[in-house]
Amino acid sequence: MTMNHYRWRKITNVLMVGTATLSATLAALALIAVLAFVLVKGVSALNADFFLRLPTPVGVPGGGVANAIVGSLIVVGLAALFAVPVGLGTGIYLSEFGDNRFGDLVRYLADVLAGVPSIVMGIFAYIIIVARQGHFSALSGSFALGMMMLPAIVRTTEEMLRMVPNTLREGALALGVPRWRAIVSVVLPAAAGGVITGIMLAIGRIAGETAPLLFTAFGNPYWNTNVNEPVATLPLTLFTYAISPYDDWQSKAWGTALVLVGLVLIANLIGRRVWRNVGAQK
Amino acid sequence: MIRQLSRPHRNRGDRIFQGWTWLMAATVLALIGLLLYELVLGALPAISRFGFGFLTGQTWNPVSGQFGALPAIYGTVVSSLLALAIAGPVGLLAAIYLAEFAPPWLDGPLSFLIELLATIPSVVFGLWGLYVLVPVLRSPIETTLHNTLGFLPLLGCTPLGLGMLAAVAILALMILPYVTAVARDMLRAVPDDQREAMLALGATRWEMAWKAVVPYARSGIVGGMMLALGRAVGETMAVTMLIGNRPEISACLFSPSYTLASQIANEFTEATTDMYVSVLIELGLILFAVTLILNGIARLLVWRVRSKS
Amino acid sequence: MRYLSIVSLFLTAAILAACGGGAKPVSRPAQSPAAQSATIQITGAGATFPFPLYSRWFYEYGAKDPSVRFNYQSIGSGGGIRQVTAKTVDFGASDAILNAEQRAAAPDLLMFPTVAGADVIAYNLQDAAGQPVPGGLKLTPGVIAAIFLGEITQWNDSRLAQLNPDVQLPAQNIVVAHRSDGSGTTFLFTSYLSQVSEAWKQKVGVGTSVEWPVGVGGKGNEGVSGVIRQQPGSLGYVELAYAAQNKIAYASVQNSAGAFVAPTLASITAASDAFGNALPADMGQLLVNAPGKESYPISGYTFLLLYKDMADCAKAQKLASFVQWAITEGDQTATELLYAPLGSNVEQKVVQRLKTLTCEGGKPVTGK
Repeated sequence: MTMNHYRWRKITNVLMVGTATLSATLAALALIAVLAFVLVKGVSALNADFFLRLPTPVGVPGGGVANAIVGSLIVVGLAALFAVPVGLGTGIYLSEFGDNRFGDLVRYLADVLAGVPSIVMGIFAYIIIVARQGHFSALSGSFALGMMMLPAIVRTTEEMLRMVPNTLREGALALGVPRWRAIVSVVLPAAAGGVITGIMLAIGRIAGETAPLLFTAFGNPYWNTNVNEPVATLPLTLFTYAISPYDDWQSKAWGTALVLVGLVLIANLIGRRVWRNVGAQK
Repeated sequence: MIRQLSRPHRNRGDRIFQGWTWLMAATVLALIGLLLYELVLGALPAISRFGFGFLTGQTWNPVSGQFGALPAIYGTVVSSLLALAIAGPVGLLAAIYLAEFAPPWLDGPLSFLIELLATIPSVVFGLWGLYVLVPVLRSPIETTLHNTLGFLPLLGCTPLGLGMLAAVAILALMILPYVTAVARDMLRAVPDDQREAMLALGATRWEMAWKAVVPYARSGIVGGMMLALGRAVGETMAVTMLIGNRPEISACLFSPSYTLASQIANEFTEATTDMYVSVLIELGLILFAVTLILNGIARLLVWRVRSKS
Repeated sequence: MRYLSIVSLFLTAAILAACGGGAKPVSRPAQSPAAQSATIQITGAGATFPFPLYSRWFYEYGAKDPSVRFNYQSIGSGGGIRQVTAKTVDFGASDAILNAEQRAAAPDLLMFPTVAGADVIAYNLQDAAGQPVPGGLKLTPGVIAAIFLGEITQWNDSRLAQLNPDVQLPAQNIVVAHRSDGSGTTFLFTSYLSQVSEAWKQKVGVGTSVEWPVGVGGKGNEGVSGVIRQQPGSLGYVELAYAAQNKIAYASVQNSAGAFVAPTLASITAASDAFGNALPADMGQLLVNAPGKESYPISGYTFLLLYKDMADCAKAQKLASFVQWAITEGDQTATELLYAPLGSNVEQKVVQRLKTLTCEGGKPVTGK
């Protein structure tokens, strides 16, 4: 009886450790499969034209997604320009002045905002900008994406600032500098690495967002740097190409996917790099 | 506590600085308020026209102007829950492997891979799903299931490739990195005392992991899964590309279906009447409410488990 | 170094905050007149039905007149009508004729037919021996309606087999593909079905989006073509150019004179000619179920939607010149892509109508 029980435990152990190993392997394999397909199918679509030329209409060979690459950079850049100051300021407020009712409310609602689905953010941007202004624009897309970045920036900023030891603040204040100087020149630099990492990760996350751009940035087959006009972006171009029936476009969809994944990974790697450097300094 | 002085010594710079940060915080507050206000305002015509019947209505007929959200709600809930039912256990087991059993040389690269995969855009998963997953699903997987077990209503309809199963599969794949990453971090945070005590009692490695480590980290693991569920609920592009886009409730896994997010994505710019637009905004509001409730439950669970331990 | 970057970050932040919190960047930055006159960007949205043609037309016209750029997004006819009514785009495009409600919402909106095209019944089918079934499967209006109503569900249904005795139809389910977005292609197709099938008219009706009794939804003609290409045993309706360009097989449909006609340039032209001079004043002419032995029954015009009085004279002028060019000099591109150019009497009426356009509150749209 006890012997049996012991054997049963041994068997369970082997079985379950095996299952866990298998799960990890399966998860890794499935995910590698996604990346591998994007890499292999994407590379065959890439050439110089793909990065340098405008898209061509169906049936006209050649062409690329140059305008979508630039468009994505513009839309994401503008989104950061909007979200970073607001998010940073809010994060500083919450960490340095926000232990009160108002702070709790902002903290709670920022969490709520983090859970808002991206498509809902698209509707919001459409209602308050596109419908009001009377045209689709890069700006409205940036606004939607910026709204999505906000909670992440607010939260990382607050957390990183709270991690800065109080002795630093006290030391600075003891020297007689005003609080704002203490925050700007002592506390913030101490937390800068973490904050920048948070921002880069947020950028990486929104760079691939498609849903909020469907009814904001809209798409454009030409170069456009006017933020008040519709603009092409990589995720939207990818979506259009992916659901199309044309072999040429489908192949370009894989190429676009590779470029997009590449950009997102670069943003992530930069973020992690900053984090590691700061970690090393400490 | 000195960090936030109760009576700060103020100079002008301090007032300006604090005022600026307050303004930013107020901006965030105002934006969220505006978001809610505009959504409710936009949905108001639909709400007053259809009332609560909208939530239980199954007709979606733009010609006659009859709209019901139940098929989309059903599709959203079912696809997300099934995805979590797959990704939850697999992700937890994978995390246990990573945290407890993996050799150190493998742990680093695997963890890195999984974290990077969490950042792959949804539309890329959609592309992969459309051209790699769906053909494999259609035949052999769905066709075989249908031919052998087709007498079950669950597997009784024509295997299409596109449909509920495809959406579930891609969602499961997309939330898997989240579940794994969060669960692994939680397991790592469990102090080694737990493990050592269990092993000292003569437990096997599995018993150690399952009886001493996992329960200790349960709150965080559950919270991570709820967050993953929230992500699945709001997921738009990949699902839109794979689910078959049909507002109908069907017991069959292969049948085309719809989710709140994909219905909005497909129809929002194209809605021809004001009521149609309003109805879609109400779908957005419902989606918002569902994610809010899910996140609320996640917090409650975490809080309860925490307060228990 | 890091101190500097932080300070600069704050400066930006402060500036943004000064400009109203940086929260609602909605104000339009001032544009210099020089920048405006350099290139005019005209945004349009709507039908996917003529998108292959329009994208070529805009591409070619851009070479002819580099001072204007047309950004046309094929979001569906329903979307085109919606967005032009909301004035979020400069022009709309639709294959659906504006209904009473839409006309009431935008009484100033004019329809300009540009070309005629056809909805084809496309399919992806292998016969019982595993060979692909080529184009030309014969279908009657009744059978098409029955398939889309979900009454015929199998490829080897006796009604299909009777029409096609020389094809070994397989015992396979028919996977019906239709549009998930608001679509003029759908409008044309449902208009046709409502004319030929009383049951369809009663149960489903006509619209840019309808409540489909069966099937899988795809977004745009692109999406539906994609579904059909991917899905063995599928059948759906798409614009001719989409089927032809993607080498998808499509059916011959029995017309009102009883003949089975394949959709071709000639049979579409025959359908539009059959209605000949009967163009109503608003130009909203349906071409479905046209009389005549040669006519393909699911043909239709596609329309550009322009405001009678446009807000911006420069754009109005460019748009009018483009339409004029498209319907006269764009014919060759159109036929190349299997769209039927307008008959000469219709073309003249469109040209006449273009001359009635005004801008900025009644100014005539002058010159080219």
